[in-house]
Amino acid sequence: MPLQLRVITAERVVLEETGVDEVLAPGMLGELGILPMHAALVTTLAPGELRVSRAGQEMSLSVAGGFLEVKDDRVTVLADAAERAEEIDVARAAAARRRAEAALASRRGEVDLAATEAALRRAVLRLRVAERVRRRRGGGLPPTTGTD
Amino acid sequence: MASEREIRRRIRAVTSMAKTTNAMQLVAASKMRRAQGRALAARPYAGQLRALLADVAAVVAGATDEGVDERALHPLLERRTGPRTLILHITPDRGLCGALHANLNRRTGQLALEHRGNVGIVAVGRKGRDFFVRLGHPLIAEFTKLGDYPEMADVLPITRLLMDEFTGGRFDRVVLVFARFVSTVTQRPEVLHLLPIEPPAGVTGGHLDFIWEPSAEAVLSELLPRYVEMQVYEAVLENAASEQSARMVAMKNATDAAKDMVDALTLEYNKARQDSITRQLLDIVGGVAGVGQG
Repeated sequence: MPLQLRVITAERVVLEETGVDEVLAPGMLGELGILPMHAALVTTLAPGELRVSRAGQEMSLSVAGGFLEVKDDRVTVLADAAERAEEIDVARAAAARRRAEAALASRRGEVDLAATEAALRRAVLRLRVAERVRRRRGGGLPPTTGTD
Repeated sequence: MASEREIRRRIRAVTSMAKTTNAMQLVAASKMRRAQGRALAARPYAGQLRALLADVAAVVAGATDEGVDERALHPLLERRTGPRTLILHITPDRGLCGALHANLNRRTGQLALEHRGNVGIVAVGRKGRDFFVRLGHPLIAEFTKLGDYPEMADVLPITRLLMDEFTGGRFDRVVLVFARFVSTVTQRPEVLHLLPIEPPAGVTGGHLDFIWEPSAEAVLSELLPRYVEMQVYEAVLENAASEQSARMVAMKNATDAAKDMVDALTLEYNKARQDSITRQLLDIVGGVAGVGQG
């Protein structure tokens, strides 16, 4: 029996899929793969890429930490933030990355170091997920280019 | 009776007020729909988080039965008997929304009296802050300008503060007061117990043989702050939806009242006009009669 997957954030339901064959998630203790008939599991997530295979097709999401629960072939991801790869605004993510890097480089007194570093990690992660998906599609339409 | 001109001026003034309140009503109606949508969109996450916490709580309960105390498990679970209560007082930033903030302020004031003033207040929203400032009650912190559509990120500084105040031992419990959105015409001030966390009762049928990564304790200590954040976020969203619906209803009433007033004034105006015509006719008739006699 295939898996049922729900990716939820406090703001919305990001993804709801049935018939999923495999989920690869960035667990706190390293990446973990979930196949049907997986044992009941609760784990915390590290910021990273969540990959979903369904009927030979792969889908990518960026998640910024949270929880993953597996119970009776139902996989629920409660993410702090999550976006599907195609939703990621590459130009915006790149701009956010530049902003965070500039803030870190200048280190003006008031800058909240931890928060800025977290912002930088998020931006880099988004870009990586978007980049991978673009490469996988192989020469599809390039996303908004020329800005970075 | 007021003069024709004066009545005409009042009709004009009331009509333009009605236009303003009507516009505000329409704006509030559209904002209300969006705010309600957001409150609804937060429910799946809230529900799942509660379910997950219930699962974890079952494990925690097992642990406490074996004699582990709650504080050792997580400071946010520690039950204390002290009297100091922290109230998170959530109100709208702006007025013109009927009795909404008066009701909220009254509820929080009542709560403060019940605790014999042994309370600290954190105000979210300008209306509640102003109320306690006027009363001369010191505030621990204030958060305003959350906007019409608050986001999770806006709530995080608030929850950080609440958790610090609680775990730092300055307060023994934390409650929040906000306007629960019941329906477009009904918003109820509600008091919600926030800290220490009382995990929801589990509904899992003995499904406790989870694998925990990294461990049940680690998951718990990640989960509990998230739970607090989500509850405050939900309350803030409910409050935003309540504000817009209260404003919409208040503005609708104002528009209706203005229309009634225009009707009454128009009647008065017509009477005044009739009067003056009659008077002028009498003058003419009187004049003609005078000429005939002369």
